Amino acid sequence: MIRTEELYKSFGETEVLKGISTEFYQGKTNLIIGRSGAGKTVLLKCLVGLIRPTQGKIFYSDTAFSQLDKKQIKAIRMEVGMLFQGSALFDSMTVEENVRFPLDMFTNMTRKEKLNRVNETLERVELTGVNDRYPSETSGGMQKRVGIARAIVMQPKYLFCDEPNSGLDPKTAILIDELILDITKDQNITTVINTHDMNSVMEIGDNIILLHHGHVAWRGTNAEVLESDNEILQNFIFASPFLQKLRKNALENL
Amino acid sequence: MYYKETMRQMNDIGVGSLIIVALISLFIGAVTAVQFAYQLDGTLVPVYYIGYIVRDSTIIELAPTITCLVLAGKVGSNMAAELGGMRQKEHIDAMEIMGVNTAAYLIMPRLVAALIVIPMLVAIAAFVSIIGGYIATVPAGYMSSEEYVQGVRSFFEANNVFMMFVKSVTFAFLLTSVSCFQGYYVQGGSIELGKASTNAVVFSDILILIADYIIAILLT
Ligand SMILES: Nc1ncnc2c1ncn2[C@@H]1O[C@H](COP(=O)(O)OP(=O)(O)OP(=O)(O)O)[C@@H](O)[C@H]1O
Ligand SMILES: [Mg+2]
Repeated sequence: MIRTEELYKSFGETEVLKGISTEFYQGKTNLIIGRSGAGKTVLLKCLVGLIRPTQGKIFYSDTAFSQLDKKQIKAIRMEVGMLFQGSALFDSMTVEENVRFPLDMFTNMTRKEKLNRVNETLERVELTGVNDRYPSETSGGMQKRVGIARAIVMQPKYLFCDEPNSGLDPKTAILIDELILDITKDQNITTVINTHDMNSVMEIGDNIILLHHGHVAWRGTNAEVLESDNEILQNFIFASPFLQKLRKNALENL
Repeated sequence: MYYKETMRQMNDIGVGSLIIVALISLFIGAVTAVQFAYQLDGTLVPVYYIGYIVRDSTIIELAPTITCLVLAGKVGSNMAAELGGMRQKEHIDAMEIMGVNTAAYLIMPRLVAALIVIPMLVAIAAFVSIIGGYIATVPAGYMSSEEYVQGVRSFFEANNVFMMFVKSVTFAFLLTSVSCFQGYYVQGGSIELGKASTNAVVFSDILILIADYIIAILLT
């Protein structure tokens, strides 16, 4: 579990996060949703320590992240996997080398053990036979899968995904969501996902946190979304007249 | 990990810049020789002095300074753009997450490679310049081959070669660290990336010229 307490972050004059206190549960897919520019990426990067919050605390289980020294942070990093918004695969390395990178950095495994682990992980994300390709030679959906494989190859306890299905067609997006959901349930890990995809919200939203103007505007599960009368939430999820009509119909049929 | 990356950088900086450095040095040697021949024409200074002057002016000043100014433009801007691109595409963040000390991992191999390879390039540049001087003067009939060689071998001071290496190591350090700094801390988008790349060249050039002056004062 990860918990934040009164998290603030500003860049110069612009305040992005204004007191975020929330929880992300183990074994669940925790979703951070919000409009573009709402601060989802900033919050996620604060959680993993890439951005230092101006104020506030972050707890991993019960250890306060901000009070750790370099060595302890590295120890926690071994348990963290992250998929970046643009996949962030290293261009000069092949798919295999990309996925192997964390193993090279953190472990003393032999070449053979690493290769086995890499192949297992690539199989897990349904990518086989592309080990020797370079990221530029694969499609966007494949890159996301490679990114996920690299994030989970160390078998982390915490998985962070920044917009795992942006830029993908709806079918592929759903497959990626299902993959992340499966991994989360299988390994019983704490998964935090940034998204503004309404499909994801409805399908895998175990614990949804809506960011709006730097505050948590709503929190709940996907089952509660439909019936909630929170205006910000409804404007965000059912943004178009078409979707609003769908919601109305769904509510009437309940 | 570091070894492989250092080798890659040495190859990029060294082999990648060899032709341009050689070409520029060849012409610099040639131009220096021809212009001194013109200045000495009609004076009592013996003609073999041309070889001597080409040798010393390239070793002391032209080879290290011009080579490093050129490398700041070629290698420096490339380093800034590469690291800046990695920063913007979140590669550096991704490495941080995977437990890498990114400052060390990204900058050390470049610095080490530059400190080894650039002095070698400068030495080659000085050598090629002297050949350039030969090509420009001997076949054109300014002097005989023996006279040029005599000039090149006269009044040799090992200290000047030492100065050349001091300069090239200093300049290599300056251009690499300035360029890596510009790239590593870039923010924003492609406009900022372009600016970082330009700044890398401009700041490196200015610092190289200032350092050149300071070393000249200290070592002469
Ligand atoms: N390094 C930075 N310096 C200054 N401002 C920043 C920085 N990083 C983010 N911001 C600002 O913080 C705000 C939130 O950005 P963030 O990237 O978190 O949005 P997001 O919710 O992830 O949006 P998207 O869905 O488009 O990815 C934006 O207004 C952005 O301009
Ligand atoms: Mg974002």
